[in-house]
Amino acid sequence: MTETTSAFGSSRVKRGLADMMKGGVIMDVVNAEQARIAEDAGAVAVMALERVPADIRSQGGVARMSDPDLIDSIIAEVSIPVMAKARIGHFVEAQILQALNVDYIDESEVLSPADYVNHIDKWNFTVPFVCGATNLGEALRRITEGAAMIRSKGEAGTGDVSEAMKHIRTIKGEVARLAGLSKDELYVAAKELQAPYELVAEIAATGKLPVVLFVAGGVATPADAALMMQMGADGVFVGSGIFKSGNPQARANAIVKAVTFYDDPSVIASVSRGLGEAMVGINVSDLAAPHRLSERGW
Amino acid sequence: MLRSLGADVELIRRPEELARISGLVIPGGESSVMDKLARAFGLADPLAEAVRSGLPVYGTCAGLIMLADTVIDGIRGQQTIGGLDIAVRRNAFGSQTLSFETDLDVPVLGDPAVHAVFIRAPVVETVGPSARALATLSDGRCVAVEQDNLLGTSFHPEITGEYRFHEYFLQKVAAANFRH
Repeated sequence: MTETTSAFGSSRVKRGLADMMKGGVIMDVVNAEQARIAEDAGAVAVMALERVPADIRSQGGVARMSDPDLIDSIIAEVSIPVMAKARIGHFVEAQILQALNVDYIDESEVLSPADYVNHIDKWNFTVPFVCGATNLGEALRRITEGAAMIRSKGEAGTGDVSEAMKHIRTIKGEVARLAGLSKDELYVAAKELQAPYELVAEIAATGKLPVVLFVAGGVATPADAALMMQMGADGVFVGSGIFKSGNPQARANAIVKAVTFYDDPSVIASVSRGLGEAMVGINVSDLAAPHRLSERGW
Repeated sequence: MLRSLGADVELIRRPEELARISGLVIPGGESSVMDKLARAFGLADPLAEAVRSGLPVYGTCAGLIMLADTVIDGIRGQQTIGGLDIAVRRNAFGSQTLSFETDLDVPVLGDPAVHAVFIRAPVVETVGPSARALATLSDGRCVAVEQDNLLGTSFHPEITGEYRFHEYFLQKVAAANFRH
């Protein structure tokens, strides 16, 4: 028997789980009942949190990691992967979430940041992390800190997909630009992106991020989700968009199908029927700067 | 992976697309979602039919679950395509912090050992008389099986660039010369 010691928490194992979620939908849920609806609808994972971003936005105050009892109840309810959010830089919240056996931690700008300078050193953990990014430099800094998955931020809790669009276009565009640079230009590009040269050179060579890229923030309809997939996202996070809508079950089902058949307008049209009301949206342009969550993270 | 081994590869999502292929890989992912979508879009029955009439299929991780005759710990109402005379336990190792990589002896592939990545992986709990175990962990749990034109692994050879399972599968595809 040549089986050697097992390695837990390697980059391959961490990035691998995100790979297995490609083409899927990850849904925000605030209790076991919603988690059940999400799993039944075909979510590839759920994000366990106390308040969806739309409520965090309307209720205000400091938003923190969820109650461990709530996370336990959601883990007990479903068998798909369970993610949970820690505040930016709050490594003790992350330690707690790892101890609770969540499958992925989202170091998230949706919660109130705990550190306005540093993010969590994610290499210290066995559990993988997903982090938000609005541009390639931000994504690369998170990957350098150990993130195993990136989601573009969008503007959570608005139902306005325009920021998500801006971020995925920015990231994709910057990756494409790197691929066209010569070796000497990559040194300057690394400096401008505030990211390590080796990582920048790797992306220039491969033409893609070394981790899975999902889109989040403002996705409210099957069409929004398919739009993000056609833009080249590997998958979609839906936060407030499902459980703040008129018929969460139908909408969750429809968004899963729209993501699978994102390039088939006839399927997207048919699943878009009879969904009831979408979440009431807020235009991002109406938000005062301090209320823009996507500007958190550095 | 399959392309680098010389195969033509197409993505299959709809029943009518099955007619184009002589072999199928069901990859990793979330088996409960695959099952739901395969049934919702009418792919499950024609695929099961094709498997019964000899279509070669290789399932990794969630794909292994889809090929198992019996799934243990599935979500409510979860079904499989079936074909492999095995019972598979879904997510048998626990949460993601217990996902791991290790070297694995696979006699049918010879040396060196296969470096295998297990991600919230299933294990084959029972191997029926028609199926054959190809690899086991040091604790004796079966993680790779074959049966005629079907091949299944709990782990993901493609993540480490391990090509021998895919090569082995392409031999099955060539030998089967499947016609719809």
